[in-house]
Amino acid sequence: MLADTIRKQLTAIVGSNGFKDDTETLVSYSYDATPLLQAMPDGVIFPSSTEEVSAIIKVCAEHRIPVIGRGAGSNLCGGTIPMQGGLIIVMTRMNKLLEIDTDNLTATFQTGLNTKQFHQAVEAAGLFYPPDPSSMIICTMGGNIALGAGGLRGLKYGTTKDYVIGLEAVLADGSVLRTGGKLVKDVAGYDLTRLLVGSGGTLAILTEATVKLIPKPAYRRAMVAMYDDLHAAAKTVSSIIANRIIPCTLEFMDQPTLQVVEDYAQIGLPVHAKAMLAIEQDGDEGTVEHDLKLIEQICLQEGAIELKIAQSPEEGAKVMEARRSALAALSRLRPTTILEDATVPRSKIAEMVLEVQRVSEKYNVQICTFGHAGDGNLHPTAMTDARNSEEIHRVEQAFEEIFEAAVRLGGTITGEHGVGIVKAPYLEWKVGSTGIEMMKRIKQAFDPDNIMNPGKLFAETRKRMVMNEHR
Amino acid sequence: MTAMINQSEALAERLKLTIDEDQLTNCMRCGFCQNACPTFIETGLEAASPRGRIALMKAVVDGLMYPDQSFQDQMDLCLGCRACEPACPSDVKYGQLIEQTREAIAHERSYSLPVRMARKTFLKGIFPHQGRMRMVGKTLRFYQRSGLQRVVRASGVMKLLPEHLQELEAVMPETSGDGLVERWKSLRLPARSEVTKSGESIFIVPPIGEKVARVGMFRGCIMDVMFIETNVNTVRLLRQAGFEVVIPESQACCGALHAHAGEMAEARTLAELNLHAFADADVDYVASNAGGCGAMLKEYDHLMQDDAAHRELAIQFSNQVKDVSELLSTIGRPLTMQEEIAPKTVTYQDSCHLRNVMRIQGQPRELMRALPGVELCELQGADTCCGSAGIYNMTQPEMSKNVLDRKMEHVKKTDAKYVVTSNPGCLLQMKWGIHRSGLNNEMEAVHLVDLLAEHVRFDAEASGAGK
Ligand SMILES: Cc1cc2nc3c(=O)[nH]c(=O)nc-3n(C[C@H](O)[C@H](O)[C@H](O)COP(=O)(O)OP(=O)(O)OC[C@H]3O[C@@H](n4cnc5c(N)ncnc54)[C@H](O)[C@@H]3O)c2cc1C
Ligand code: SF4
Ligand code: SF4
Repeated sequence: MLADTIRKQLTAIVGSNGFKDDTETLVSYSYDATPLLQAMPDGVIFPSSTEEVSAIIKVCAEHRIPVIGRGAGSNLCGGTIPMQGGLIIVMTRMNKLLEIDTDNLTATFQTGLNTKQFHQAVEAAGLFYPPDPSSMIICTMGGNIALGAGGLRGLKYGTTKDYVIGLEAVLADGSVLRTGGKLVKDVAGYDLTRLLVGSGGTLAILTEATVKLIPKPAYRRAMVAMYDDLHAAAKTVSSIIANRIIPCTLEFMDQPTLQVVEDYAQIGLPVHAKAMLAIEQDGDEGTVEHDLKLIEQICLQEGAIELKIAQSPEEGAKVMEARRSALAALSRLRPTTILEDATVPRSKIAEMVLEVQRVSEKYNVQICTFGHAGDGNLHPTAMTDARNSEEIHRVEQAFEEIFEAAVRLGGTITGEHGVGIVKAPYLEWKVGSTGIEMMKRIKQAFDPDNIMNPGKLFAETRKRMVMNEHR
Repeated sequence: MTAMINQSEALAERLKLTIDEDQLTNCMRCGFCQNACPTFIETGLEAASPRGRIALMKAVVDGLMYPDQSFQDQMDLCLGCRACEPACPSDVKYGQLIEQTREAIAHERSYSLPVRMARKTFLKGIFPHQGRMRMVGKTLRFYQRSGLQRVVRASGVMKLLPEHLQELEAVMPETSGDGLVERWKSLRLPARSEVTKSGESIFIVPPIGEKVARVGMFRGCIMDVMFIETNVNTVRLLRQAGFEVVIPESQACCGALHAHAGEMAEARTLAELNLHAFADADVDYVASNAGGCGAMLKEYDHLMQDDAAHRELAIQFSNQVKDVSELLSTIGRPLTMQEEIAPKTVTYQDSCHLRNVMRIQGQPRELMRALPGVELCELQGADTCCGSAGIYNMTQPEMSKNVLDRKMEHVKKTDAKYVVTSNPGCLLQMKWGIHRSGLNNEMEAVHLVDLLAEHVRFDAEASGAGK
């Protein structure tokens, strides 16, 4: 509960419509899409301008009130859960698309802008912004930037971090920082833009951003390949890349996932297959057709038992739809679905998939694996029930072992969902104690009083694991 | 104050007992439902979104909060349009959750006297009884015919009513005291009356040409009073497509308004009447021309699942329920159209329950596209509620108006001559919208069935040539 004087100060900034702390509001901002996490904030505020954000943070700094930025609350790492209470700053009223600059091929917007709406506006201008998280119908560009979101097109086009070239951010003392600009080249000092991308609200509240755009590919075509051997599917992924072809999408589903997707979507997937790859290429028509021919050959060489090339854009869309429905299908199986995003170098995909299966058996939890095989980003998904604490405990143990395996294979604990609360205990496994130490110093420099999204990224308790420090 | 706390405590206890906890847990809080939700789009507040409402229900069940007045208001603000259901990857049955919550609220709530009276008159006194409904129709019609309507409108008495009621009054169609059967008889079109084995009277309209199937016509209480011509046209179209149409006399209100207001016992009583009426009539399908009623009928299987005596009957009935557009486009014989009608642009506003519960969206569009000279211009956000939602436009006038004004902005962009809908509530709301935006001279709201009837060539109507 905030003191009356503070509530008055905050209301004076945003008006009575912009600040709320009734029970209903507090409860409804106590969670995000992360399973099993909930904590009540002390207040929720809806700014409409950078000046308001700055004034709000000044009040919070004065009284040492935790500040938690929030877009759509669709993250899966507990990024917006107010573990230590505090003020939730909801950015969705700051949702203006300020400019699409067709001369410089950039776009500038306020960070509360919805990702799908942004995509539509960019495509209407004949341009293309590739990062496409599956959650784009609801998430915000600010949330995407704060967590460095990826998507299905990451393999060929990179992720959010590869597109952000300028930011406006409000720092922990309320001052406003501007970084980068409409510049393809810019080496003036430390790259603060890159530092803020993926910082998950622990360094600053992002208010405005400039991203680069690229021309829209003229043509696209999809295909699927079935395998009766997991290794063969995974090796195909490596071979395609080794043959210097970078498809725009290269997605993987294992047998248990195939089974549930087929049960749910009934589109005639061969459920006996051990694995499926969904592949899509875009570009000019000649190159796309040429690449698909080559990919076809590689799939057969590596032992695909069945190939299907989309005969029309609609058919291609159906294939990708099937892949996108994976999470939906899985989430219907059991009440609680816990999805992680351990990522490995793409040459290690096969090993990683086998590790997941081994762990799943060891702890007797149902884990299906699908994901962005092309960039090594897998989504092992556990089907469980939040009300069964004994099983949840086994799920936690299983994920711990999966993170451990990923790091052992040269990978990371999270490819695109961010560290937040959920993966904080494992961060050191990936970045080492020196890494943690440097990150803490950066945090200290930005936010000496630790009011920006406290409790995220750095865990109070560390998980011990014997490993080589240099990873 | 203490009384209020006691009331919320009782409500909390009741919710814990009655709400489906599995559904609450099934919500994984992904938020995918949010941008489908009109009250979220309008307010941007998490609590006014499906994910938020489910979280509030869960917080009550988990003992995190009391279901206080603001909780109850938030549940009231939900339109019940159920656009959140098709948007949900986890298949959470939001409709059931909100119904269970409202039932608990209705059970514990002490309504103010006028609201109590209104609920009693409308939900228990009028809607369940076709006869009384028609009485209301006759009274309204007297009011309209006698010139009293003009006197009242001119006298300024209307100005004393809340603005939305005044405007609604202005767009009310002329009501009818006759039901479908009387009207059909007065048209002197072929038909006969029969009494079934169990003593029920049914009215049978023979098909034109070879019989395709036997359908029971659900006439609906509002449809039968306010949109009688649409009901007549529905029967004409069905028989033209080869259906033998049966109208069981003992059918009742579908119970949707009761269920949405949390009066489940009343809803079940009505369901029982309908189940028997249509089972006795021995039909292959049950035709509905009102998305809201159709959806309610379609979910009798869920409504009656704990009633061993009616469970099986309800499952069979639910499978038989079809929207008239479905019957005409996929089961009946194709209709022949007149060629010489002037070309026009139309647009279509989905009825929420037709789309989100009966999952019918393609069929009405197909039927319209097949009309010569008609161009269907898609309405942006056609899948978003128009704000009518049963009696919502009377209980939540502000939100209803905001949602409608947003809708009308999109409607204007279509340049349509007709705004087509398939539910009486939506039809009234769109009429209100057109009136509010001063577009009375440019466009008109019509029921899909009436648009079709304008275009179809009715052959041999007077010959009861059916076999
Ligand atoms: C079904 C489903 C599928 C998903 N698929 C993908 C996927 O394919 N790829 C992917 O990368 N992610 C995916 N996600 C995760 C999630 O959607 C992304 O992380 C997204 O970027 C979160 O955006 P948001 O607007 O919801 O942010 P929020 O969840 O509101 O916030 C995310 C984090 O960013 C911070 N934050 C938000 N806005 C600001 C701001 N303006 N300034 C400073 N900090 C801020 C918050 O404090 C929090 O730490 C998926 C999630 C779901 C539920
Ligand atoms: S879409 Fe379904 S699972 Fe997701 S938040 Fe909404 S109701 Fe819950
Ligand atoms: S039923 Fe309609 S108004 Fe209610 S939560 Fe669902 S989408 Fe929103």
